[in-house]
Amino acid sequence: MPDQLLYAIEVTLNGLMAGVLYALVALGFVLIYKASGIFNYAQGVMALFSAATLVGIMNGDVPFSHLINAILGTDIHHFGWHVPAILAILLTMGVMIFLAWAVNRFVFKHLVNQEPIILFMATIGLAYFLEGLSDMMWGGDIKKLDVGLPQGINETIDEVTFNLFGYGFFIDNLDIVAAVVAVILVIALTLYSQYSKQGRALRAVADDHQAALSVGISLNYIWILVWSIAGFVALVAGIMWGAKSGVQFSLSLIALKALPVLMLGGFTSIPGAIVGGLIIGVGEKLFEFTLGGMMGGATENWFAYVLALIFLVFRPQGLFGEKIIERV
Amino acid sequence: MKLKLITAVTAAIVAAAPAMAELTFTALSYRTGPYAANGIPFADGYQDYFTLLNERDGGIGGEPVNLIECETGYNTEKGVECYESTKGSGALVYQPLSTGITYQLIPKATADGIPVHSMGYGRTSAKNGEVFRNIFNYPANYWDGASVGIKHLLDINGGDISGKKVALVYHNSAYGKEPIRTLEELAKKHGYELTLLPVDHPGQEQKSQWLQIRRDKPDYVLMWGWGVMNQVAIQEAVNIRYPMENFIGIWWSGSENDVLPAGDGANGYKALTFHATGANYPLFDDIKTHVVDKGKAAGAGDQIGTALYNRGLYAAMLAAEAAKTAQGIHNTTALTPAQMRDGMENLEITEAKMTELGLPGFGPSFKVSCQNHGGDGLVAVVQWDYASKSWNMISDFQQSDQDILNPLIAEDSAAYAAEANITPGCN
Repeated sequence: MPDQLLYAIEVTLNGLMAGVLYALVALGFVLIYKASGIFNYAQGVMALFSAATLVGIMNGDVPFSHLINAILGTDIHHFGWHVPAILAILLTMGVMIFLAWAVNRFVFKHLVNQEPIILFMATIGLAYFLEGLSDMMWGGDIKKLDVGLPQGINETIDEVTFNLFGYGFFIDNLDIVAAVVAVILVIALTLYSQYSKQGRALRAVADDHQAALSVGISLNYIWILVWSIAGFVALVAGIMWGAKSGVQFSLSLIALKALPVLMLGGFTSIPGAIVGGLIIGVGEKLFEFTLGGMMGGATENWFAYVLALIFLVFRPQGLFGEKIIERV
Repeated sequence: MKLKLITAVTAAIVAAAPAMAELTFTALSYRTGPYAANGIPFADGYQDYFTLLNERDGGIGGEPVNLIECETGYNTEKGVECYESTKGSGALVYQPLSTGITYQLIPKATADGIPVHSMGYGRTSAKNGEVFRNIFNYPANYWDGASVGIKHLLDINGGDISGKKVALVYHNSAYGKEPIRTLEELAKKHGYELTLLPVDHPGQEQKSQWLQIRRDKPDYVLMWGWGVMNQVAIQEAVNIRYPMENFIGIWWSGSENDVLPAGDGANGYKALTFHATGANYPLFDDIKTHVVDKGKAAGAGDQIGTALYNRGLYAAMLAAEAAKTAQGIHNTTALTPAQMRDGMENLEITEAKMTELGLPGFGPSFKVSCQNHGGDGLVAVVQWDYASKSWNMISDFQQSDQDILNPLIAEDSAAYAAEANITPGCN
């Protein structure tokens, strides 16, 4: 097989893996949008907040230690213990559920039936609040995240492809784990939203807040539930991305990678997030591989948006989005 | 009668007391935002040095130092706002701590007569003081870094790198593109093959670039990165098993923040620097005694000796030494920005002075002049040791290739002079 074809296959496989990571971020947006019609600008910051909380709990860091020390003149930073990864993930999930309750109680409960733009603006405020809260709780330094996920080249794929083609493909073990986790998440969330009682309630709330209330669905409960699930998805995305770059402020910027995925896959479809992620991942990587060099490189960021816009011309609601027809 | 007496006594005290004037320095820092992890240690080092001078020496030349810190969040617009809101305070010098902010301040500060010190960043051709009268970038600039990076490759290859492949992984911005021209000129001279691999901001996804590196197998990779781009690049290099000793970053890709997330895989990674790291210097004992132990440290005290803390401290030290030089030239302890500019233009750092300050071997010796606002371009190479979690200096401070760089600086500064209608000169 010609070298260029082999390289293209390797790039495609890595594009698929990158797409899965984008989809993980996009999933959180879709969940909240489906259930509440809110475009949650804070989803990226939730990934940062959850990952920082996970590292803080694992390392036994004292939350708000800088603030406590500044006020009380103390010098405390650590509890002196280390928490196992699984327990820390569960505790972090507890924090994210509490956050979901707090967001609902103090922000969205007061905004029921407001215009979508008002709700969107509220999530912008929430994003800035969470950025500050994360810094204040756990500090602004870059934290190493190690929950035991494998990282680096997958030896088996490298060896097998080398024996077959004379060129070993590079696939990152972390990307493989992310792909498996994403597939499980999508299947679970799809089944949950389609077949469970709460899932149907979620969709009812998404369609019409007041109609859902009138048939006895607790808006309060549903919103806390959906923000908790989005918090869990944010934690998964935070772990995967944080393992690559360390947990730091820039994790909040991964939302930028999710936007073209959402535009392409549709804001209301869980499978759409995955398919959109894969198309964006493969598309941007192949474009960079084939034409990037001629354009000076670094084409991926803008090409993802161009690709999404091309799809929008033909399907404004995205590949899997619901077509909204409003009669006058 | 009582009132008259009090007034008379007060007037007598005021008349008898020597004139006390604060020396105002500004710190345009970023303790928040995407680059806070890098901004905090620099700002701590900058602040701690001035606190030390106030606590130990009573300031500079007997004048207490007033440090005004303004938060930029590494945002150019906020940085300019900081400049505008603090320039009326009598600020003697600005350390913008951002190439973007520096570019904005070059015309503003020049018009206001306030000096700017962009240490190891900003516009490289500001080294030409005949054009950039108020801008200083000593002791080294990006082109010096690129040149010394190639010199290091020459050193480890017996002086011959012809036919070698060198890849530059760079932040796709004005900052990241700075070394390209120099590396291209050096490629003509030394015969290596240069490949350019831009990475878009913020740099969290670099799979394409590192797959290309894995395919092309360059002998060496240079990096001009910033923020998360550094951590991801080093992790990706570890993933593809690129030999770390062949991977060299500029000083903004050479902090503990950049290597620690990759764990032991980052062992052997190299970086360029214009100052030492670690806290094994007499001055740090004074910092502990007069600043940390008195509870006056800027941060939690856990950054002392790190690459970026030391860079902030070094910047403050150079500002203080320039102020001392200015006091000597103008025979006054209270300084104006114009006098501070003179002090910066006549600054001379020798090893004897560094030893006297408690920082022997910490930075290069250099001399500033009207023609040369950038020092002598002395840069060293450090290597990360994972076991001790420290950077080890593996070369002396060596001078960049002036034959290549001087014409480039003359060309770029002449272009700016023509654009800004400046007549180059020292008067």
